[in-house]
Amino acid sequence: MHHLALYLHFVKLRIRSQMAYRLSFVFDLFSQASISVIDFFMIALLFNRFKELAGWSLWEVGFLYGMIGVCFAVAEMIGRGFDVFQNSVMRGDFDTILIRPLGTFFQVFSQDFLLRRVGRFSQAFIILLIANSQLTISWSFVKVGYLLVSLVSGTCFFIGLFVIGATSCFWTVQSIEIINIFTHGGTFMGGYPFSIYRCWFRHFFTFIVPLACVNYFPSLFLLEKVASSGVSSFGVYLAPFAGFLFLSITVLFWRWGVLHYQSTGH
Amino acid sequence: MTERFFAEKSYRQLLKNMIEVENLSKTFKVYHHRKGFFGSFVNLFSRKHRIVQAVDNVSFSIKRGEVVGYLGPNGAGKSTTIKMLTGILVPTSGRVSVNGYIPHRQRKENAKHIGVVFGQRSHLWFDLPVQESFELLQRIYRIPQTQYDQNVEMFDALLDIGAFFQTPVRQLSLGQRMRADLAAALLHNPEVLFLDEPTIGLDVVAKARIRQFIQQINAERQVTVVLTTHDLDDVEKLCKRVILIDKARLCFDGELAALRRLLSTERILSVDYAETYSDISIPKAHVTYREGNRVQYRFAPEEVSTADLIGAILQKFKIVDISVQEPDIEELIKTVYEDNTALEQKFTETDTLDLTNRNT
Repeated sequence: MHHLALYLHFVKLRIRSQMAYRLSFVFDLFSQASISVIDFFMIALLFNRFKELAGWSLWEVGFLYGMIGVCFAVAEMIGRGFDVFQNSVMRGDFDTILIRPLGTFFQVFSQDFLLRRVGRFSQAFIILLIANSQLTISWSFVKVGYLLVSLVSGTCFFIGLFVIGATSCFWTVQSIEIINIFTHGGTFMGGYPFSIYRCWFRHFFTFIVPLACVNYFPSLFLLEKVASSGVSSFGVYLAPFAGFLFLSITVLFWRWGVLHYQSTGH
Repeated sequence: MTERFFAEKSYRQLLKNMIEVENLSKTFKVYHHRKGFFGSFVNLFSRKHRIVQAVDNVSFSIKRGEVVGYLGPNGAGKSTTIKMLTGILVPTSGRVSVNGYIPHRQRKENAKHIGVVFGQRSHLWFDLPVQESFELLQRIYRIPQTQYDQNVEMFDALLDIGAFFQTPVRQLSLGQRMRADLAAALLHNPEVLFLDEPTIGLDVVAKARIRQFIQQINAERQVTVVLTTHDLDDVEKLCKRVILIDKARLCFDGELAALRRLLSTERILSVDYAETYSDISIPKAHVTYREGNRVQYRFAPEEVSTADLIGAILQKFKIVDISVQEPDIEELIKTVYEDNTALEQKFTETDTLDLTNRNT
């Protein structure tokens, strides 16, 4: 309870300081949103010519796109502390975190909250809503629950990626750029059905870095495409938990990394 | 719950030593960094590095309520030691205990009982006003409202923090920022205060104010203070005891006066002569400086007593003024930094020192 109250207090302070520059905030909100729209517009153009992609219609792909977009936007919004962690290490701010009587993971997590990602979030969410209205999904209690768990899990997956990037700073000081392949590249890749990719590629992004579990497997279930895809239905039920497992492993990695922190200027 | 709390508290108060450090060492691996996208990928797998010994087999202990100056030149390992005592760094080998806690293993517990101020960097939130920073600390450390109010009132009286209580931390002057950081570090009534260069870059008035505050906190609350500094006025005003570290190793631990005695084998005699003499040599004293009628001699007290020397001068010459000086601390410490083997030898041979504080 103490932690939750503290977290909300931190978020309140962050939001207030970001709102202080109102014009810049509004401008950012719109530019964020329009980037997201242009992204999807590219996919839509593709469909204007091909009508369908590996058995997926435009709005089915829109559903894929919306799901991963929502997860990534929320992860960027709340996991910002890990995303920009290299600055903390370079400035030596992590020293301050270590002298406080709170967990390091909790403190870095609550350090920042990027409200302007609301722009990207709302665009992805609107595309998800439009896709839903264009498709005839028979929503049931199970499906709604499944969707919510998948979205939370997918957000955890992206935060886990940020945590890996942040943890690497304990050794390299600067964040390793390859994490961006998985975050920004991942959202791009995840915008298309995974069946178009090669086998080894699909396996890597299912079992090692479970990107496919964020939106592809959940969409198969929600859009009732499991049978035609050849994916085991058991796997589809497990998929929404991959993000939680992934984040848990990265937290262990983080804890181990903290012990190797070297600080600055001995 | 409360019973356990008091039992725990009294146990900790029975501990004779607030801080115990035994054979503490810290080595750093300094990695060779490759630049660019591909380089960062290679960095992940490459283990190319060199090893730097920052602290080498250091032992000391500090009693409850002591104020100790932890001194050494840049890069001697002062900050690294402080960072191991505060739980920021994990020691490579050796034992550390602060108030009965092992800082790197019981980091959060330890953090509740220590206050830390780094002169080079603020621990406050840059974009928040001082008051909001303090209120955040109140939440983080779960400081009861009455204790918080009392402390803020006291710090306002001593450090005048009320003058900038509503100002964002980034807009504070260096002196104000230090005062805010000091007050912030003491809000939760810590039992140990670690100060790393608390007066760096401050003017004389601000320095005096901060020293006075540290003295008062130590006297009134029995707070143990560990102070690293380059400012020897800080040491003279605050610390009875000093620990000297150089090139990662401990080279002196004892009273400031003992350090002075140990090193001041040579004294300086300044004489203003009434007339200009061509030959001003005196047996067993060396002329080190001469300008007009003012002459400085250096002599060793073991060879010739001050009284004999003055007697010899008075026999030969007419003088206006005469004075004997001991070299100041800055000079002393400089000799230590330049050649600490000589001191180390003296330190281990001597038995006039107060060695009770050493673990060896």
